[in-house]
Amino acid sequence: MTFPFPASDLLVILPELVLTQLALGILLWATVVRKGREATLAWVSIASLAAAAVLIPVAARLSGPLPRAAFGGMLTLDRFSIFFKVLVLLATAVTILFSLKFVGTSSYPGGEYYALLLFSAVGMLFMASGTHLVSIYIALELMALSQYVLAGYFKRETKSVEAAAKYFVLGAFSSGVLLYGISLVYGAAGSLDLGDVARSLAATPRSSLLGVGIVLTASGMLFKIASAPFHVWAPDVYEGAPTPISAFFSVGPKLAAYAIFARIFFVGFGPRAGDWAPVLAASAALTMVVGNVGALLQQNVKRMLGYSSIGHAGYALLGLLAYASGTDARGENFGLWAILIYLAAYLLMTLGAFGLVVLLEAKGYATESVDDFNGLSKKNPLAAAAMLVFLLSLAGIPPTAGFVGKYFLFSAAMKAGWPSLALLAVLMSAVSLFYYFRIARAMYLVEGEGELRWREEPAVAAAVAVCVAGTLLLGILPQPFVALAKSCLLP
Amino acid sequence: MNGLLTLLIFLPTAGAVALLFLPREKTGAIKLVATVTAGIAFVASLPLWFETGFRTSGDFLFRETLDWIPSLGVKYALGVDGIAALLILLTTLLSFICMYASYTAITKREKEYYVFLLLLETGMIGVFCALDFFLFYVFWEVMLVPMYFLIGVWGGPRKLYAAIKFFLYTLFGSVVMLLAIIALYFFNTTGFLWWKGLGNAPTFDIPHFHAIASQIPPDLQVWLFWAFFLGFAIKVPMFPFHTWLPDAHVEAPTAGSVILAGVLLKMGTYGFLRFSLPICPAASSTHWVQLSVVVLSIIGILYGSMVAMVQKDVKKLVAYSSVAHLGFVMLGFFALNTAGIQGGILQSINHGLSTGGLFLLVGIIYERRHTRMITDFGGISSVMPVYAMLFMVILLASIGLPLLNGFVGEFTILVGAFLANWRWAAFAVIGVVLGAAYMLWLYQRVFFGEVTHEENRTLQDVNLREILTLAPLIVFCVWIGVYPKPFFEMTAKSSDKLVVAVEQARLAREAGTVRMASTAGTPGTPATPATRADLAAPAAPAAAAVLPEGR
Repeated sequence: MTFPFPASDLLVILPELVLTQLALGILLWATVVRKGREATLAWVSIASLAAAAVLIPVAARLSGPLPRAAFGGMLTLDRFSIFFKVLVLLATAVTILFSLKFVGTSSYPGGEYYALLLFSAVGMLFMASGTHLVSIYIALELMALSQYVLAGYFKRETKSVEAAAKYFVLGAFSSGVLLYGISLVYGAAGSLDLGDVARSLAATPRSSLLGVGIVLTASGMLFKIASAPFHVWAPDVYEGAPTPISAFFSVGPKLAAYAIFARIFFVGFGPRAGDWAPVLAASAALTMVVGNVGALLQQNVKRMLGYSSIGHAGYALLGLLAYASGTDARGENFGLWAILIYLAAYLLMTLGAFGLVVLLEAKGYATESVDDFNGLSKKNPLAAAAMLVFLLSLAGIPPTAGFVGKYFLFSAAMKAGWPSLALLAVLMSAVSLFYYFRIARAMYLVEGEGELRWREEPAVAAAVAVCVAGTLLLGILPQPFVALAKSCLLP
Repeated sequence: MNGLLTLLIFLPTAGAVALLFLPREKTGAIKLVATVTAGIAFVASLPLWFETGFRTSGDFLFRETLDWIPSLGVKYALGVDGIAALLILLTTLLSFICMYASYTAITKREKEYYVFLLLLETGMIGVFCALDFFLFYVFWEVMLVPMYFLIGVWGGPRKLYAAIKFFLYTLFGSVVMLLAIIALYFFNTTGFLWWKGLGNAPTFDIPHFHAIASQIPPDLQVWLFWAFFLGFAIKVPMFPFHTWLPDAHVEAPTAGSVILAGVLLKMGTYGFLRFSLPICPAASSTHWVQLSVVVLSIIGILYGSMVAMVQKDVKKLVAYSSVAHLGFVMLGFFALNTAGIQGGILQSINHGLSTGGLFLLVGIIYERRHTRMITDFGGISSVMPVYAMLFMVILLASIGLPLLNGFVGEFTILVGAFLANWRWAAFAVIGVVLGAAYMLWLYQRVFFGEVTHEENRTLQDVNLREILTLAPLIVFCVWIGVYPKPFFEMTAKSSDKLVVAVEQARLAREAGTVRMASTAGTPGTPATPATRADLAAPAAPAAAAVLPEGR
């Protein structure tokens, strides 16, 4: 039997292969594990993710010098993809930690849950290294289909089902739009390989076919990162989905979506950057306003974090926008590494904040309302302090990761000649303090005696502690991260 | 002595960390550790006063530099000149007093209270020490968080509203300032928008920006100036941005008000001296810019005084008097001459001492009566004679009675304003009269006459601890009032540098406009902004040569 590609290409996807096998194994194993014994499955899942993480450098070493294209240009392993792969694996592992008791004490089976998370992670890993519109699309669907199920995993909870239905219908619709956009791009460029698309775009004149194709592709991408005007699903899904899944949705898929967004638009549509940048600029402005103003009105913590993640998507779009304006006289381009740093910061602070939402149990369930945080500083000063760090970071107050990330993004926007957007962004980030600090106010300023219970979950607490440490470290000593991000850029 | 500034900044943090390990029930130990830490910080800051270098040069001394984020050019750079040194001394003194003054005022969650006060001290000293824009911004923002909690947890009935209002107002100003910092950073390296960059290595070094100020095109300077203005004017607070101040002051606990009035507002005025004037000298000396700031200052003086006059709450009255006093400070700065700037700096210190003292005094009576309404008092001087005497001294210092500090500051400012434009001084003098009016009327209603409320008959006079908290303030009020020379000497050289920078920019611009007018007259050579910038640069050395006689 002959392969259309050299067998060594398989080494490039070694982590993905191993993770897929392990996920399938867990799915089979789940059929024989009784309810209540699923913690083992969770730990095995975490071990599988760790194995995949360990295999990434191995794959990079074995498969040859980076960047290494494989399968006829379908996938490319480069430092950019490795950066995202590590973050995605981290986000998935933390989500599983959050889920341990959350799913364990629920009446729903846990085995498939972990397997679905792993499949989703596989999809995201492929997204990170996809360099062909078809491979990107397939990876995206693998990730998304697992997530539709996860959103509705608590199937007897009306809200969870509602979230799943909304997510599925809108998600499927956006996938269709994306696919249609891809097909138009194919019509205009004659290829789906991003490198070929770029060469073809540079050579062909502007055409409405291509324009519609790029706009539709952008719409699909904007849906995945929950940017206006395609953001409407996010708060509802975040509110309805099981809390660990909300945490996962706000981080993992978004990171992966940013990876393909950046790759498609910089590598593939790069020659047309001047044309699509205004579209992204409009979306960024709208997203920042909608997300931050929308969050002002929320009483439900998960909804608020949902809207806040929309706002953050808007900030991150500034980085994409800045990248589009090319390098400056010193040969530096702030845009992309600003996004990389920002996304790392966003991962730490968002997961941390959600971790505390998982840990604080009010009315026998995870916290829902901002009032549930009342008086937390007295009952658990450490938890309150940790939450305060995340809130400060989310609002972009130094010395936290969020400030460093926002600083890079805003200066990238300034540098790229979008000072008005940067102004809007800083003003919106000041607005965001108001709603983030509603939680701080509840924790420290309000003398509440709510029935707040602290779930004794060392695993989650440890994950939160890691997030606190990361948030502060990235905020106080960002240099190593900056250097790392700078080495992980797209060509 | 190297490392002194780092020590000063992080000593309070160390104290705060130490407090975290004390059990919250041991309030005595907590108070002791906090007070001792603040005391050590004050003693450690004294070398700044005895450093003779500040009196002989306007350079930054006690410098420390470490790489922080090399790929951006961010450094951990510290250094102070005479202005910053005085403000640091004020900070350490007031922080120490605040710890000591809070023993009986704060009766709940003491541990957190002292932790936040100490962290606040770190932030404040850091702001005055930072010689790196990035570092400055970090301290500037960090300091908001403890203040938010001080107001929000230990404040009065409307504390929740006041705390977030304070935070948001300041944050809105400072994020705009951040954009100005970013723009400056890019201008220094590769250029920003259509302004061609200088091509220097990336840096946030503040003295470097002072050095390149003359190369920043005036139109960019105007943008930068107003962006900085928003950040600092909200903090000062200047007239249309002052509305957060009365709320914050009224709701904050006594120590919070003292720190707020004494130090936090000075961060705004310090910002004008450290950034607006030396980095945007051409913008500052532009007539319409200068006039706008001066008009806002004068409105602040008159409006603050008049609103103070009709207040029913003593604390709110003092808060509005701050608006008026800070109006004086800003008027002095934007007279743009040595007298005005020096007077403004001294008045900043004076305001910290006298208004800080007034807030302490209001706190003392509030602890006893749990009210601050003027109508709830009357005839207090017969019940609390020592208190009445102390109140009188500080109040007179605030009004500006000769031989007390306020007089020296206001007089110097008025001289500066008069030299710039006599009409400014004429308007400002009305403020002095109004200031005397509302303060003395307050004193009359609270202290003179019959005791009208039975509860007031049994009030305890001030105890030793309270006298000790006020004594240093009174000592300084008298010292500055009688012999202000050492204080003026501390700031003279730095002020001169500011005036020279602004004057040079003014002369350069005038030379530039004259030449531009002549070139614009010749057909075929349109005067573009780019040529104007090119003209400004070579004119600067000429202006420097002219200046010593001209000044």
